[in-house]
Amino acid sequence: MDFNRILTIVDKEWAEVFKNRLVLFTVSFMPLLLTILPLAMLYFTGASGEDLVGDSADIPPQFFQMCGQLSPIECMQYFLINQFLLMFMMMPLIIPTAIAAYSIVGEKTTRSLEPLLATPITTVELLVGKALAAALPAIGATWLCFFIFVALIPVAGGTPGLVSMALGPTWLVGILIIGPLMAVASVNMAVIVSSRVNDPRAAEQISGILIVPILALLFGQIAGLIVINPTVMAITALVMVVIDAALVVAGARLFQREVILTRWK
Amino acid sequence: MIRTENLTKIFSLGKKAEPITAVDRLTLEVAEGEVFGFLGPNGAGKTTTVRMLTSLIAPTSGQAFIGPYQIGRDDQAIRRMVGILTETPGMYERLSADKNLTIFARLYGVRDVPGQVEKYLRMLGLWERRFDPVGSFSKGMRQKLAIARALLHEPRVLFLDEPTSGLDPEASRMVRDFIEELRKSGVTIFLCTHNLDEADRLCDRIGIFKTRLVAVDTPQNLRASLFGRKVVFHLQTMEPRWQEVVRALPFVRDVQMIDRRLVIALDDPEAHNPVIVRRLVEAGADIQFVGELRHSLEDIYLQVIRAE
Repeated sequence: MDFNRILTIVDKEWAEVFKNRLVLFTVSFMPLLLTILPLAMLYFTGASGEDLVGDSADIPPQFFQMCGQLSPIECMQYFLINQFLLMFMMMPLIIPTAIAAYSIVGEKTTRSLEPLLATPITTVELLVGKALAAALPAIGATWLCFFIFVALIPVAGGTPGLVSMALGPTWLVGILIIGPLMAVASVNMAVIVSSRVNDPRAAEQISGILIVPILALLFGQIAGLIVINPTVMAITALVMVVIDAALVVAGARLFQREVILTRWK
Repeated sequence: MIRTENLTKIFSLGKKAEPITAVDRLTLEVAEGEVFGFLGPNGAGKTTTVRMLTSLIAPTSGQAFIGPYQIGRDDQAIRRMVGILTETPGMYERLSADKNLTIFARLYGVRDVPGQVEKYLRMLGLWERRFDPVGSFSKGMRQKLAIARALLHEPRVLFLDEPTSGLDPEASRMVRDFIEELRKSGVTIFLCTHNLDEADRLCDRIGIFKTRLVAVDTPQNLRASLFGRKVVFHLQTMEPRWQEVVRALPFVRDVQMIDRRLVIALDDPEAHNPVIVRRLVEAGADIQFVGELRHSLEDIYLQVIRAE
């Protein structure tokens, strides 16, 4: 594998995709929003003080067990930001989809894949280049936003106990391990969908189906059906490894020279 | 430089549909430095052939070689050795001309990337617009840029698929002149075109292809084999007896009288024209001028394709 060629593809993708305002908006606005929103929630719940303690009856009992030494207000804050932390996990799903859908469908519609495939680049190098170009900004943005969020918890009125909960194994696994696995799934889903559609928006929307399991976790936690704890995260990570393997195999099969040139319409 | 032996491509369309043979046992040789015209109707399999010869898709059976390299075995080496101008330029529209070429130069492993990019942007008259996005370029400029992209790594074999398609006469002329220049530099050119006049002007040999290779030869030999050689004698006045005078000559295969012209079919006009001139003058004919009747490549092409 020639890394210069992979880097050339990454450079090309970024040069092209980030000139698209819609993609740029998706890539920059969503991380910004998902960082600011939980901090604002934290600030306002902290400001509400003891008034919120009464609302803590809405928190599932299993969640209380996870709060450990945290005060009821801190536990309420942790419950609230826990919902947003799930949204942090959506970032590596949504951002690569936007980039990969525009990059692959864009190449399809302008018919630029054929000259690209005629160069000495191997199909694996091309796929890896495209995957990295889509996944790296997403993983980078997720990690950066998460650590900015954690750093700003005290500024927004959160206690050191809350910071240590956010930096606990549950969310480190979620952000550092499941996040990249989500990005891999997202890129391959975009490849699979892009091979069948000719509109980047359609590719983006269909690929968005991957968000459904994350939403299920989110609503499951709000409804008290699931509590996101290290065990749930470990199971999620294992499930994602299996899903990634299946999607990588399917994506790689579709991303073959002959298939692209003769079957992608 | 290009050699194929029974090169075949069959596309499978799933379990329910019959497979389609796109290329059927193509056996062909193109010499180094030759400009080879590959003609055929839409759907004849020309693009499939080019894709196989550029290692983009694998043949179903048969063999093909580009120089010493075999398709399917030495694909990386072949891709380094050949350049391809695809039917649609396929440029990155948001990127500048310079960036487009730089990307491809890096992918081809060109040593002096800025130098090569500048060389071809200047050669094709795009240097002044090098930082403009390709989306703002005219069709002719995009085609020129696509040609530059195909040449960046100095390929020894160049595949051109409809290089002047959709270009205005001036841009077409420029592209044709450029192909002439490439021929002089020894590049082997495989030219797919529907522009028969262009093929006639540029190509050393022509292959007429419709799933299989129907005819292949120089344009002159194709004319001779299909229509024979014919000479037209323009006379000041016409008398029917002069037709008989010519018909009596042993080497004349046919004579037709059209107005004040005699159209004579014969194999070797260079040797026999003086004899005909002498006989007609002796018989009292006043000859105004003599010329060879030249069938266009379009006549040849249509004759061959219709016979299929």
